[in-house]
Amino acid sequence: MTEQFAVEVTDLTVAYGEKPVLWDVDVMVPKGTLMAIVGPNGAGKTTLIKAILGLTSAAAGQVLIYGQPYREQRRLVGYVPQRGSVDWDFPTSVLDVVMMGRYGELGWFRRPGRKEREQALVALEKVGMVDYADRQISQLSGGQQQRTFLARALVQDAQVYFMDEPFQGVDATTERAIVMLLKELREAGRTVIVVHHDLQTVPEYFDWVTLLNVRCIACGPVADVFTDENLRLTYGGRVAFLSRNGAQPATAATLDAGATATGTPLTALSQR
Amino acid sequence: MDLLGLLHDLFFDYTLRTVALGVGVLGIVSGALGSFAMLRRQSLLGDAISHAALPGVVLAFMLTGSKSPIVLLLGAAVAGLVSTLIMIGINRYTRIKEDSALGIILSVFFGFGLLLLTFLQRNPDARQAGLNKFLFGQAATLLVEDVLVMSAFGGLALLLMLLFWKEFKLLTFDRDFGASLGYPMTLIEILVTILLVIAIVIGLQAVGVVLMSAMVVAPAAAARQWTNRLSLMVALASLFGALAGVSGALISSTGAGLSTGPVIVLCASAIVIISLLLAPNRGLLWHWLARLQNRRRLQTEQVLSNLYLLASQHAEPTYPHAAAALQVMGAKPESVLQSLKALAAEGFVQQAQNSHWALTPTGTQRAEQLVRQRNGA
Repeated sequence: MTEQFAVEVTDLTVAYGEKPVLWDVDVMVPKGTLMAIVGPNGAGKTTLIKAILGLTSAAAGQVLIYGQPYREQRRLVGYVPQRGSVDWDFPTSVLDVVMMGRYGELGWFRRPGRKEREQALVALEKVGMVDYADRQISQLSGGQQQRTFLARALVQDAQVYFMDEPFQGVDATTERAIVMLLKELREAGRTVIVVHHDLQTVPEYFDWVTLLNVRCIACGPVADVFTDENLRLTYGGRVAFLSRNGAQPATAATLDAGATATGTPLTALSQR
Repeated sequence: MDLLGLLHDLFFDYTLRTVALGVGVLGIVSGALGSFAMLRRQSLLGDAISHAALPGVVLAFMLTGSKSPIVLLLGAAVAGLVSTLIMIGINRYTRIKEDSALGIILSVFFGFGLLLLTFLQRNPDARQAGLNKFLFGQAATLLVEDVLVMSAFGGLALLLMLLFWKEFKLLTFDRDFGASLGYPMTLIEILVTILLVIAIVIGLQAVGVVLMSAMVVAPAAAARQWTNRLSLMVALASLFGALAGVSGALISSTGAGLSTGPVIVLCASAIVIISLLLAPNRGLLWHWLARLQNRRRLQTEQVLSNLYLLASQHAEPTYPHAAAALQVMGAKPESVLQSLKALAAEGFVQQAQNSHWALTPTGTQRAEQLVRQRNGA
């Protein structure tokens, strides 16, 4: 039972001060899935990832990676933080940042050498950034920064990846390239968990989804849990959502008016 | 005193050599560790630590009655560390923001230190004489023993910095990522801070608690201007720190009654100003020149394509046209003549009569190329 899950989160509760940010969250992610975490602002998406990785201390709960506690499985885990969480004017090159992905394997005191350099170049090749290896990182565009972070995660050669908004502020070309990369990882049997903002693209990009709003509203295959009902529960009444024809009962409706529209593919999220 | 004489004294005058060695060491250490403080946006932490060290120095003397450098420096280091810990505590457990916490610690500790100092001075006991130098620094009082202690502590700090280079870099650039790799980032952060405290306390006697933070901030800020590599930045900051220290000690040794600490800090500031203005890529002058050059180029291209436009309405492509016509077409009439001269120098146009200019065949080609580019081909 345990063996088939890459990540098992049970009863995870996190609180800053009095108000819980995450309440009793259970998430099970099977191996080899591409999972989106969606939810409104302040739903605790980033906190969920940080709590799983032990970057934020949890008040309660348990996290298993491949059936073992996270602390023992660190080498299996790769992490892509939010692009905006670092100072891109730091005096270093793209290659240097990517090599940081090998620091965990290197351990204390040992410096990256030829081998790490080569691994970093291979990863940069995969994200289409090999020409920028020696570029100072302050000269990168948003999309290039994101690709650099992805390359850094790739050299970690992890089984499970946690990515915090990898599509934030990137152009359409980069977004497509990143999605291709994520799907390749999945084909290679890796598990990728992504904090995502764009509800429209969830069914296209992902096969598994967690709907989060402090509590875990639903977690499962996109086809089963990405429903009007669950989205309404997640986002509250403020959001109207047009559903897809066929897979779900096609009651594409604005919640206020209750008007129906049929035949539209999953299109829009209109917000009051 | 002439410069050669100063240099001679630097190497052969015993006192001056000792002083120069001491401030050189402090410049190297504070420059290197100041770089990490600056990149972690904690430059002001240095200011708080150095001010907070004053009560440590005085208390160490009061408790032991000794003025040996090692006792006083240990006192300073303990006070510096305690202040940092309180600051971290204030940040974590109250709603007071970091800048306010720094301000509180700095003034409370420094005020307490001054109080102790004045209390001691009222005492008839003369042994306290000399503790005053920790306020504004007095490099001239550095003895060989002081320099040895400074070098030992500073050398240890630099050694640890090199040993933990990769870990410090990780902490400074992406703390969360480092933690996700399994590094104990809080421990690494404490180590960086301890090394910063060492860098600061070894400079207190020469530069003083009031101005020591300049030695943490200035060399690092100057070095950042010149390079985009961390290793080079740290090396340059050390060099700048040593340069400021030694030249400051030399200037104040000329005996004009200039206190060493302020002179050293002024030297460091001069290095910062020069770096802000002149450094390639990041320097203000560089930016200004690049902008000017870019504007010139655009104006020149505009004049060329305007001339091409005029020529295309004439049967003869190399027919000369009046510069006045170009001035009417361009946005900046006064720069037209300048642009025409630049184009002539490149062989794209030639002057026919005094104020008439014509395209050359290569100029026509270049203009066609420009027009194509602008139309997005």
